[in-house]
Amino acid sequence: MLLNIKNLHVSIDGKEIIKGLNFSVNKGEIHAIMGPNGTGKSTLAAAITGREGYEITQGEIIFKGQVINDWSPDKRANEGVFLSFQYPIEIPGVSMTNFMRTALNARREYRKLPPVSAGDFLRKMEEKKKLVDIQSKLTNRSVNEGFSGGEKKKNEIFQMAMLEPELAILDETDSGLDIDALKVVANGVNQLKSGENAFIVITHYQRLLEYIVPDFVHVMYDGRIVKSGGKGLALELEERGYEWIKEQFDD
Amino acid sequence: MGKIKKTVYPLEEILIRHFSNHFERLSSHDIPKVTKMRREAMAAFQQTGFPHKKMENWRNTDMEGVYEEELAVFDREIPFEKALSEIFLCEVHGFEARVLSVLNGSFYSSEEEKLTVDKNGVIVGSLAKAMQEYPELVEKYYGEIMQQTDGFKSLNTAMAADGVFIYVPDNVEVENTFQIINILNKPKLVINVRNLIILGKNARLRLLHCDDSVNHHAGFINKVSETYLGENAELELYKLQNLNNETALLNQTAIHQSANSRLKVNVLSLNGGLIRNEITDLMNGEGAWSDIRGLYLMDQQQHIDNQVFVYHNMPHCNSNQLFKGILDNEATGVFNGYIYVARDAQQTNAFQRNSNILLTKTAQVDTMPHLEIYADDVKCSHGASVGQLDNEALFYLMQRGIPFDDARMLLLYAYADAIIKEISISALRISIEDMVKRRLRGDLSICDRCVLHCSNPASPVIFDIDLSKI
Repeated sequence: MLLNIKNLHVSIDGKEIIKGLNFSVNKGEIHAIMGPNGTGKSTLAAAITGREGYEITQGEIIFKGQVINDWSPDKRANEGVFLSFQYPIEIPGVSMTNFMRTALNARREYRKLPPVSAGDFLRKMEEKKKLVDIQSKLTNRSVNEGFSGGEKKKNEIFQMAMLEPELAILDETDSGLDIDALKVVANGVNQLKSGENAFIVITHYQRLLEYIVPDFVHVMYDGRIVKSGGKGLALELEERGYEWIKEQFDD
Repeated sequence: MGKIKKTVYPLEEILIRHFSNHFERLSSHDIPKVTKMRREAMAAFQQTGFPHKKMENWRNTDMEGVYEEELAVFDREIPFEKALSEIFLCEVHGFEARVLSVLNGSFYSSEEEKLTVDKNGVIVGSLAKAMQEYPELVEKYYGEIMQQTDGFKSLNTAMAADGVFIYVPDNVEVENTFQIINILNKPKLVINVRNLIILGKNARLRLLHCDDSVNHHAGFINKVSETYLGENAELELYKLQNLNNETALLNQTAIHQSANSRLKVNVLSLNGGLIRNEITDLMNGEGAWSDIRGLYLMDQQQHIDNQVFVYHNMPHCNSNQLFKGILDNEATGVFNGYIYVARDAQQTNAFQRNSNILLTKTAQVDTMPHLEIYADDVKCSHGASVGQLDNEALFYLMQRGIPFDDARMLLLYAYADAIIKEISISALRISIEDMVKRRLRGDLSICDRCVLHCSNPASPVIFDIDLSKI
């Protein structure tokens, strides 16, 4: 098992958001997590990636057999956890090249490998840019600065391609994307998919799942996974909305 | 109404006593104008005394600790024994500089190099010497640019005996960078230094002005630099400050800008117990342009104060101020940006921005814009911000595998980059980049924080000049 989450409880500022969640992911799988706003989907992503302020009060997150509850975000990342941000951050003054090279070398150092050579690095950049159809020279651009919404999301997938994670979490990657950009992003993900990695796709809508086809669909509600099924569940949700779920679980 | 009796500090007494006891020596190189100014300035100083916290421009900078010190006045020339560059110059590759050393307030060089004139007529060297050899040049500009707006400037006018003199004739572009290095090497000194820099019409100069410590001695440097830019002249001025925690530096620079002249200033304050930079930009000719930037990285209980005064006295001038700072521990900072636009100075563009990152809850900064605008066809803006390191950005970097310390460094460095990237001398920029990185990482000791003595960063520079002989 790549990821195993047992009875997870997460609080923000003392308020419990995730209330006993169980969830597991194997290599080679794509899981979709759906659900209405405010049910804890992004909180789950934050808890898995180790974001500050998200306190795990109970339960365990086990990644590749190790409990990672107390690990720093960079250690989790270097072990192979990647988050495609819902709102990618602009970092003026840090060039994409410098950023990616620093990240890649951090990973290599973590794995006791020598730093990547400039030539190899640039070749890799060029190769991975093609994957998500990034035309511009990233070299002189600051991280996400002045990028359009679509470019930012493409840039997330580009970074994923560069870092080759074992577990990638896509947090509402489809939000703010037009259909063409959505196809590009989905195409990138599909090309990166292998038997050695897994994806968790967080989304409101079934639209993205037409292009990134999940093996499993889970519905989150009130801090728990309340329903799981195959890709058919997504279609059902699309058709019926979330009201029937709410009715089923609200007291 | 009786005048309130002002406090007379020990340092004030020392200075006044020295002035009357050693006036002859002090004024021995003077042209008559300067001697006359000394007397008047001393009278003014005795009247006003040192600036104090009740004065608007001194509200947030407390120099009382300096006033209480028993510092010694040092105004003598040090006999030349050995070029400072032999023990003090660094290998910054590709960076050709003519070094002008000022040791304890006096121009320090061999007799032949005290004042030189090159084939283009560029005069460089000691101000005291220039007063004797080019009295008419000094006479014309000395004391005409810097107004004596407070006790420190009066004190400097009364007591400064030497400093650097640079004259670039009309139509001459100086290829080399000139580098002024100010050093104190004797404990507990109070130094008054005066620089006079004149650029003729269409003249160009790049000047790097370094204030360095070579040991841990306390000291107080009261410096006045007057700069004249002729029509269409261009000056790039870099100030690099790298002093120990016991030193107080007061850097007062006034620049006269003639029509269409261009001024670029970059003040890099990397270390120092107390640093105050006053930059007065007098745009006295139409079409003048200036860009004044600063970066300060202070920690411990250091204090930085940047005071920028831009006077748009004539129409069609453009000015820009950008100061950025990072304050750690209990460091304190002040930014006071003043823009004045005279009634007839139409079509003025004047911008100002100051931003600060406070790394701790105990660091503090006071930032104050002052705009005084009397013209109506004017574009002016100002902005100030004080914040912490961006946690969102920090998490973003860490999520990509970059460890906390590196991520923090990267963000701080990116923040400083807006200032550093403007350094046009690439070898200097690379050195500064390196220094800023090491400074931000906190793994620099005081004596190797300077680009100048990286030849042996492990040990501070020791002077073997015997000061007891003089």
